[in-house]
Amino acid sequence: MLSVSNLHAAVDGKEILKGLSLDVPAGEVHAIMGPNGAGKSTLSYVLTGRDGYEVTQGSATLDGEDLLALAPDERGARGVFLSFQYPLEIPGVPALTFIRTALNAQRRARGEPEITAPEFLKLARTKAAELKIDFEMLKRALNVGFSGGEKKRMEILQMAMLSPRFLILDETDSGLDIDALRIVSDGVNALRSPDRAMLVITHYQRLLDYIKPDRVHVLAGGRIVASGGPELAHELEKNGYERYEEAA
Amino acid sequence: MSLTTAIRDRDVAELPGKRDEDWRWTDLRGLIRKLPPPSEPFTAEVGAGPFDALASDRRLIVNGRGADPIEIARGKTALVAARFVSRGAGVHVARLNIIVGPDARLTLLESYESDGASLSQAAITITLYPGARIERLVLAQDHAEAVSVSQAQVSLAARTHFAQTVVTSGARRQRLETRVQHPGAGAELRLDGVYLLADKRHSDQTTVVTHAGPDGVTVQLAKGVVRDQARGIFQGRIVVEEGADRTDARMGHHALVLSDRAEVDAKPELEIYADDVACAHGNTVGALDEDALFYARQRGMPEAEARALLTEAFIGEVVDRIGHEGAREVVRAWAAERRWD
Repeated sequence: MLSVSNLHAAVDGKEILKGLSLDVPAGEVHAIMGPNGAGKSTLSYVLTGRDGYEVTQGSATLDGEDLLALAPDERGARGVFLSFQYPLEIPGVPALTFIRTALNAQRRARGEPEITAPEFLKLARTKAAELKIDFEMLKRALNVGFSGGEKKRMEILQMAMLSPRFLILDETDSGLDIDALRIVSDGVNALRSPDRAMLVITHYQRLLDYIKPDRVHVLAGGRIVASGGPELAHELEKNGYERYEEAA
Repeated sequence: MSLTTAIRDRDVAELPGKRDEDWRWTDLRGLIRKLPPPSEPFTAEVGAGPFDALASDRRLIVNGRGADPIEIARGKTALVAARFVSRGAGVHVARLNIIVGPDARLTLLESYESDGASLSQAAITITLYPGARIERLVLAQDHAEAVSVSQAQVSLAARTHFAQTVVTSGARRQRLETRVQHPGAGAELRLDGVYLLADKRHSDQTTVVTHAGPDGVTVQLAKGVVRDQARGIFQGRIVVEEGADRTDARMGHHALVLSDRAEVDAKPELEIYADDVACAHGNTVGALDEDALFYARQRGMPEAEARALLTEAFIGEVVDRIGHEGAREVVRAWAAERRWD
């Protein structure tokens, strides 16, 4: 599925990723943990093609296709989805309008017919109920005036409706209380499938109690410095990142 | 300097221009070299207007002719489409008087259109009696070569409501001006505006509100988008005279500039001579939010589509405030026709 090799990337001329390599096969959930400033968010933006994140060396492919050569919307249409650490507020665009526009754009890009209005509303109602989101909220401008937890839930709703193949969750647990964390995690876990893969980026181990990873990687100093099974997350929680920062 | 005098005397030296503080961004004197005589009546068919489907009372004012007064009697409700049409390249002056009686209601759907390098002036006087309510929607769809000036003089009375939205795509030079005499006394005023300007088009929305008595409300929200080499102008002045206590006045103007050569000039002014007032104004001019743009693109929207969505949403906040549903849909369709990518 995702294959990243010797990736170097710079922001404002400063190198943040320094030879990052990572393979996430279909069907697996991989966690990326690391101290602040290690390059976790940079990795998510590089993979999704944000302006200002310049790849200077290395490669990133999704099912063999060069991701880095694609525009952000083309990557989206290929099924790459980023749940933002800080979801944007979109004044004047109802959440339903935003999601439907996105869904239809993706379908057009894939040569599929657009979703009809009744089909779309049915899908939105079902997914909103699953995530315990009041349907009325979807008629309001996306994320405007929403609490941190509501915004994160709205990210997962978009994820559920767009049905992506490769999911990147960037600090999805930040700002969530325990109840919201459970709802969000249930939403994410429902998307686990043999033909999907996920990259869960988090600073804390807490989220991984709910979204159980197959592999855990430690990102420090712009590189993966250690990889292991789920037990690695617990070890990090106990001993901190210090020794990896030194290693980096 | 006055446009009216200039046209009457056919004297270009009388045209307002750069040296007039109030017209410095809408220089007619520097533009117009010669004032032709008023054009002949136009008798051919003019086609359909934007509000034909919404109003049975339709007033057609072609080349300055046909501006019969509109009077709404006490307690009556009316919906009138007033359509100002300029055909050809002459000078057209129209004067329209509107009187809305006590507790009467008027929805005024006003439109402007031209088909060439005409110079047109519409002078509109609107008088409200106590308790009257007006919603005025102005949709200006002028020709790229036209020079078009609309000047409305509005007199409010106690307990009146006057809600206005001026929507325009500009012209070669265009001024859409509203001056409101506000007595306070429970009267409420809304003065909104939208401009979407492309190519070399110009549009100037100027408003002056004078709060002369206590307990008046004014809210204003103007939003614009300019691209190419277009130029948008917003001049909003609210004067709160001595004794106009407990005036509540809020003004906002926000513009998006989508290209390096486009320009927005804004002059929001609050002049307050009363003590106990709540007044605020906000003014921003900037580019489209790149973070929001990336967010939409990450979700799969191609850049052009994402830009169009965000720009339409930007002005949508003003369009949503239009009270008359049919008119609101006309404006939405008008905005959607313009791709702002």
